[in-house]
Amino acid sequence: MKGKAMQLRTPLGDELLKLKAGDRVELSGIVYTARDEAHLRMQKDGIPFDPVGAVIYHCGPVIRDRKVIAAGPTTSARMNELAGFLIDKGVRAFIGKGGMGATVRNQLNGRGVYLAFTGGCAALASSHMILKGVHYEDLGMAEAIWEIELDHLPLVVGIDSCGNDIFDTARKNAESAFRNFAPRSCPQVEER
Amino acid sequence: MKKPAQDPLFSALADATFEAYKSAVISLPSDVLRVIRKAAAAETNPVARGEFANILENIEIAERLGVPMCQDTGVPVVYLTLPPDVPLTQSLYDAVAEGVRRATSEIPLRPNVVDPLTRHNTKDNTGAGIPAIHVRPGEKFTVTVFPKGAGAENSSRIAMLLPSHVYGIEGFVVETMLSAEGKPCPPVFLGIGIGGTFDLAANLAKEALLLSVDTMTEFEQQICDSVNKLGIGPMGLGGDFTALAVKVKTAGCHTASLPVAVNVQCWANRHASVEVNP
Repeated sequence: MKGKAMQLRTPLGDELLKLKAGDRVELSGIVYTARDEAHLRMQKDGIPFDPVGAVIYHCGPVIRDRKVIAAGPTTSARMNELAGFLIDKGVRAFIGKGGMGATVRNQLNGRGVYLAFTGGCAALASSHMILKGVHYEDLGMAEAIWEIELDHLPLVVGIDSCGNDIFDTARKNAESAFRNFAPRSCPQVEER
Repeated sequence: MKKPAQDPLFSALADATFEAYKSAVISLPSDVLRVIRKAAAAETNPVARGEFANILENIEIAERLGVPMCQDTGVPVVYLTLPPDVPLTQSLYDAVAEGVRRATSEIPLRPNVVDPLTRHNTKDNTGAGIPAIHVRPGEKFTVTVFPKGAGAENSSRIAMLLPSHVYGIEGFVVETMLSAEGKPCPPVFLGIGIGGTFDLAANLAKEALLLSVDTMTEFEQQICDSVNKLGIGPMGLGGDFTALAVKVKTAGCHTASLPVAVNVQCWANRHASVEVNP
């Protein structure tokens, strides 16, 4: 599995336009954590780092003694309404879990990708990370922007720059399976 | 609040709570690990196989480095069993809270507990009614810590079904996962509480997650198979395993009621029990 992963390094450029949903990649270089509060402040005060080619990680890590202890992804959909301005400023990728909405899928079209990291895998994540800096520390540990250097973090392309979205495919398949669902314990199932 | 360290019962329970918390957030129970490994070997979807590989590597790294496997170290749900010679006193509740505070600063845990309305963070994972402590009589004095993360807890649901719709239980569980999609970090464990009252059904659902997942009854297996037909897969990326196990607990209920609660638990079904030795 690992041998096949495509290698990426930040800042990202047009190489990511070749990525297809479902591809496995390994990402190295600087990423910036940001959750709800950090997005709101960046919208108001401007982005405190160079956004061109940058990667945002939806994550509220556990940090101790300036080290990353645990740093798995948080639910990206919470930031659905807050991603557009970052893409407009040059951000090329988001890392998170659970995927993002149709609006973000369209905003990424021809410009960027959404990379999924396995939820709950905080120890695996931190073993690929070195802490480099912090912005907005007053927002608290979970909501601050932590500048983190990645070393080959294993990810999968969830949404590519051509509008392919494997979360959306799985969702549609689940909805269709549910329409055909009939409990076996049902005493009388009508013909469908 | 804090009792002097010379109270042996207080310090033994605080120590045991700390130890159980530490063990729970760092290493998974062996039955949970077996079920994850079995599913990882059986999964056929290539993206899902990659997710399972990450999960297994993460479990191994957390154990080796002694760090929490997930940064959402949850809110503390605690079960105590008290033998006849240990009286239930406020001091026991205070001792568990002391163990939680120590676990928060020393492991460390992410401070997750806030006031529900002001959202003020207490910074030590305690708060009004938290840790949630459930007490039962038992032969041994034990403490079980079950840290509950928000992603999965937020996908949980309860319904008061019609008593004539026993067959609707399975559909309610499947529908719960349909609307949850990847949010609870599947593959999940599902604790189902059936019967009792509105509150008891929810308690049963949570307790069901503490049952051994090595085996399932025919009813549990049937619900599990139906959930897996959704194909949501690990993290909602698609795959054979949306649920790893379904566990059911029941209680008697009113003849006019059929409460059903579904407590969703991510793959990291973390819990640990420690015997308290004063």
